[in-house]
Amino acid sequence: MSIETVTPRARPAEVPGSPAPARPSHGRPAIGFLLPFAVLYLAFIIGPAVYGLVMSFFDASLVRSGLGSFAGFGNYAEALQDPDFWSSLWHTVWFTILTTPPLIVLAFVLALLADRVNRGRWFFRLAFFAPFILPSAVVALIWIFMYTPELGLIEAALAKIGITSPAWLGDPNWAMPSLALTTVWWTLGFNFILYLAGLQEIPRELYEASAIDGASPWQQIRRITIPMLGRTTTLVAVLQVIASLKVFDQMYLMTSGGPNFATRSILQYVYDQGFTNFRLGYAAAISMLFFLVVLAVSAVWFSLVRRQEKEV
Amino acid sequence: MALTTMGGAGVTQEKIEQRHRLFNRICFGVLIAFALLWLVPLAWAVDTALKPNAETTRTTWLIDNPTFAAFQRVLDDTAILNWFGASLITATMTAVGTVITASLAAFALSRLRFRYRNLVFWIILAGIMIPGQVLIVPQFREMDALGLLNTYWAVSLPQIPTAIAIFIFKQFFDGLPRDLEEAARIDGAGWFRIYRQVVMPLARPAVAAVAIFTFVTSWNDLLWPLLVLTNPDLMTVPVGLATVQGAFGIRYADTMASAVLGAIPLVAVFLLFQRNIVEGIAGTGLKG
Repeated sequence: MSIETVTPRARPAEVPGSPAPARPSHGRPAIGFLLPFAVLYLAFIIGPAVYGLVMSFFDASLVRSGLGSFAGFGNYAEALQDPDFWSSLWHTVWFTILTTPPLIVLAFVLALLADRVNRGRWFFRLAFFAPFILPSAVVALIWIFMYTPELGLIEAALAKIGITSPAWLGDPNWAMPSLALTTVWWTLGFNFILYLAGLQEIPRELYEASAIDGASPWQQIRRITIPMLGRTTTLVAVLQVIASLKVFDQMYLMTSGGPNFATRSILQYVYDQGFTNFRLGYAAAISMLFFLVVLAVSAVWFSLVRRQEKEV
Repeated sequence: MALTTMGGAGVTQEKIEQRHRLFNRICFGVLIAFALLWLVPLAWAVDTALKPNAETTRTTWLIDNPTFAAFQRVLDDTAILNWFGASLITATMTAVGTVITASLAAFALSRLRFRYRNLVFWIILAGIMIPGQVLIVPQFREMDALGLLNTYWAVSLPQIPTAIAIFIFKQFFDGLPRDLEEAARIDGAGWFRIYRQVVMPLARPAVAAVAIFTFVTSWNDLLWPLLVLTNPDLMTVPVGLATVQGAFGIRYADTMASAVLGAIPLVAVFLLFQRNIVEGIAGTGLKG
């Protein structure tokens, strides 16, 4: 696991009887180049990952130094029987279900439209991508105001067309869809850019040739665009699912996980257990369980990509 | 990829072109509608920020007495200028640290031959799989033990080692021609000189993409600085703004003014570096 395995004396593996002359090895300079990154990587990623795993087997506490008493799988057993763990995991999954389809489909459709338009592309990029670059805190301030009962723009706009608004963020059933809507507005631009880039890789001649053959725009989209964007869609989908699973900011800022914990995400549960209840060992165990979920999603992605590459 | 010919002989080339033109016009209309819809919340925030607080109870775009007073109050009542400073320092530290460490490591992986090179590359890539958020508990303990809580180091250091930056640099270095550095090698230049004087000047687009993207990500991060910065004087913009909602209550003009002020630096970054940002995302996306 460590970079020290790259010894200065390392020589390239020489295949006996190989016709190629032995090429010089650069083990010593390589260590120098890798060292700054390696030190930070070990100190702040690998180290904490190992420490977090160890900690999850102990009753570590924020108010005590050291690991505390050994708990074995106690933290894990407790988490799996903890209804708050399961409900925050479900909230996270529910948020992912609510955000992923619109963030993929809408981004795809808008990118598709933008790709056919030659004028003012910078304007569309600005409109869709500008929100993505804002801090979550700015987004939250704006959208809390948008959702405010009686004074909010959304309620006013819906009232004009005769729809009575629910108490968006205040209603346990509507709070999560409200957060999802805000998130779609906030992060759509990222997927939009990925799709635009994917669309630009499609050779224009394909469209021109098919147009000469009499293909309608709709046929072009179905027979050329969608199949050729398969890889981009896989990428967008996985990045999106992982990003949605890691949700924390929107809930923390806009609903504090409420009303009545209806929007508490798994990361906020880690935060609450670790830093409000001081139960670091338990929080570390929940983090590990969450990591397993993310890992599973990544594994599915890898298998999808491999299958796609085999098909090509 | 064979397309069925539609319409047969009855459809002339002109008609097909007409149909495509009409379709493109509809596309344009739908797109404009969505783009305007997307701009509404931002415009509404700016509009409200220009109202006197008393006028924000009316849901209207028209303002009787537009004023910058709300901005002035935010500047007076909050430490927002300190938050800008804190965000600027931590985001710059993170961006510079990432560019230097990642480009050095990527140079070794791209140009030097050494044992276990592939193994090292895979170990680094595996890091992409670990979301930083699952490490907050042990990282917090670590910062506490190092005595770094409530310092900018605590915010910045864990954000510097990002595998994705190495990946972007390595991709870029792999694509660079090697004639120049081979010439430099023959002239007796060391590897570090080749890195600094030959490769890095050519890698400006990669440097820009990594630097800007790291800067923006670091500037916007909430959870980690929220944990390690509890001193109000040291707070970054997102952490500081998170306290605003409660502080201003129903003074909506002030709240929106703080949101607009909080947005300005990044909107400026975006307008200045739009191309780098977009190309950076597109590049990682397609090749990642």
